[in-house]
Amino acid sequence: MDTLNNFFLIALPYIALALFLVGSIFRYTRKGFQVSSLSSQFLEGRRLFYGSVPFHWGVFFLFFGHLTAFLFPKGVLAWNSQPVRLMILEITAFIFGISMLIGLVNLMVRRYTTPRLKPVTNKMDLIIYLLLIAQTFFGLWIAYNFRWGSSWFSTLLAPYLYSIFKFQPDTTAVSLLPWAVKIHIIGAFLIIALVPFSRLIHFLVYPLNYLWRPYQQVRWNWGRRRIRAPRTPWSVQRPKNN
Amino acid sequence: MDIRSQISMVFHLDKCIGCHTCSIACKNIWTDRKGAEYMWWNNVETKPGTGYPTKWEDQEIYKGGWEKKNGRVVLKGTGKRRGLTNIFYNPNLPVIDDYYEPFTYKYLDLIESPQGDVQPTARPVSLITGKPIDIKMGPNWDDDLSGTPDFARNDPNLNHLSEAEQEVMFQLEKMAFFYLPRICNHCLNPACVASCPSGAIYKRGEDGVVLINQEVCRAWRMCVTACPYKKSYYNWHTGKSEKCILCFPRLEAGLAPACMHSCVGRIRYLGVLLYDADKIKDTVHKDDHELVDAHLDIILDPFDEEVIRAAKMNGIADSTIHAAQFSPVYKYVKEWKLALPLHAEFRTLPMLFYVPPLLPVMATVKQVNNSDDSKKMNPMAKYWDDNWLYDTSTKELWGTLDQARFPLKYLASMFSVGDEEKIKDKWMKLMAVRIHRRRKTVGDISDEKADAVLQDAGLTAEMADGIFYLTALAKFEDRFVIPPAHREQAIEMLDFTGDTKGETGFGFKSKIRRGV
Repeated sequence: MDTLNNFFLIALPYIALALFLVGSIFRYTRKGFQVSSLSSQFLEGRRLFYGSVPFHWGVFFLFFGHLTAFLFPKGVLAWNSQPVRLMILEITAFIFGISMLIGLVNLMVRRYTTPRLKPVTNKMDLIIYLLLIAQTFFGLWIAYNFRWGSSWFSTLLAPYLYSIFKFQPDTTAVSLLPWAVKIHIIGAFLIIALVPFSRLIHFLVYPLNYLWRPYQQVRWNWGRRRIRAPRTPWSVQRPKNN
Repeated sequence: MDIRSQISMVFHLDKCIGCHTCSIACKNIWTDRKGAEYMWWNNVETKPGTGYPTKWEDQEIYKGGWEKKNGRVVLKGTGKRRGLTNIFYNPNLPVIDDYYEPFTYKYLDLIESPQGDVQPTARPVSLITGKPIDIKMGPNWDDDLSGTPDFARNDPNLNHLSEAEQEVMFQLEKMAFFYLPRICNHCLNPACVASCPSGAIYKRGEDGVVLINQEVCRAWRMCVTACPYKKSYYNWHTGKSEKCILCFPRLEAGLAPACMHSCVGRIRYLGVLLYDADKIKDTVHKDDHELVDAHLDIILDPFDEEVIRAAKMNGIADSTIHAAQFSPVYKYVKEWKLALPLHAEFRTLPMLFYVPPLLPVMATVKQVNNSDDSKKMNPMAKYWDDNWLYDTSTKELWGTLDQARFPLKYLASMFSVGDEEKIKDKWMKLMAVRIHRRRKTVGDISDEKADAVLQDAGLTAEMADGIFYLTALAKFEDRFVIPPAHREQAIEMLDFTGDTKGETGFGFKSKIRRGV
């Protein structure tokens, strides 16, 4: 049991994080053409709405929910100190979880029942769908059966995750958690590991930069003004814009 | 004054014969790839007609371009807020059926079918699924179908015409149509660039070509919605958007773009325009009725000493300024004021200009009594026995303009934001050139009459001869004045981009692979 615990709760996280970091950086810098959300809305634009929108907004809030509990465990505990606020938090998160699950199922049904989508579907998509559905299902299961998740996440899981990032893994508390929670943890790290090898990579390139960039973009291949001045020595510089 | 140079174009619609050679040239070079089969960076539409994609001009459907709201000019269907929140599902994205499902035929069945009682047929199969399909639409599906209820009658430009005017237009004997070849306009205020959340689309400073960086595009698909001309296309296979690149690898080598080079009717002209980038902002904020004039005002006179000095200050090469002085585009757009932008009301400041067509307008059809003539013919010839006269003669000099088979209003809604006077002005000029040339070559028009016509149209004899030369006689180097790209100064341009057929063709030397 200890070996298993050690593998899944210590080795797997490190493997997953290493793959995630190295793989994503490699794919982004060397295989830029292969970084895309690979949207299929162009081939099927009606049913996508009922899958993509509930899934993405669900996963958006749940991801940042987990992140908040990890970064500010004390803050979450303080928020949860009043039952009303705890209920608001838990119910909202649960609703987003359901929205995510409905979205995922819709997306999967759409993808495998629309003939036009077959040529743009690969095996990794299936793996990702199944993983995400299982992960969401277990997340909802845990939220329903082991209350109140937001509180015990902050006291049990946040320290565990910190210990991983401090390179002093401490699984004493986590190894005692129910098997459903462990599967949820393992699933999370599997998903992280698969980011560079699947279409999940597109969440890393969410175009936040758009918010502060000017609308129009003009690029010059070289500084003409500078290059035409006879005193400037000519230097060879590979432009990055193509 | 911030002077920049722009490679821009003029399409002379009177000369377009609708042969689609341009489309084929473009397709063969750039878009004969998986995922791009349905794309026509260059396409030719029959007008009146719905075009490609269907009804692209109707921005109530497609939400493309800019719109003026409370004095501010904003993107109609995209922009920062909508772009980032609609990123999971773009409510205004055209889908493949708005263009057409690409197909081929199972030609091998014609050869390899076993012997039988029936003739084998080549069934159409979808190029997406590979399965047999019933073809609903195809490239140029509405070609020459003016007057048909499905296509011509649904032309968005007809919304400006009254019911009666539309009926007159579609009377069988009066019906007329013309062709509208379209490529990317390489706009000065491009909506695709502004809408791209990733910042993958940019305008090249040196020549104004608008490009999509394939390595940075992430398939957020906002540009497809934003371009009011629907000239940014989504490649469903690679998950990247693509658009006309104005054949920049050819331009840099001093060659005309493939569509222009191959143009059979020689309707296409390409040259440099110098413009003032500081004026763009004011121009896009003008009211609808001032838009066209303001747009043309941005373009500067390349012979003006002040302009030349400022252009040099801005680093524009002497060779580019020289090319601007000989630019056929400058002549058509500014000197002769013959060409107009297409749908200026989208406020993207398109840099492709059109000479409005006069030919479908000139002739009238009259009912006459031909029975006497018919009797003289032998019985076989009587087969073509009708009482209509296709009349191209002009009793009054401007007579045919007023009886135009094509309502001015229709062309005005395409080329001048509804200003009929502008279209009439172009028509008068085109007509005056014809009358002036008739005086010279046939000689049955008196000098004073021809001179009066020229004066009415605001032309001099030299201008008319110039228009005639560039329209009818122009050689290759008159039609395409391409400035040297100065590749010696740009490392990027030294990369050879045309390696292998079947690649994306621009900027890749390796076989392109879809992401997982």
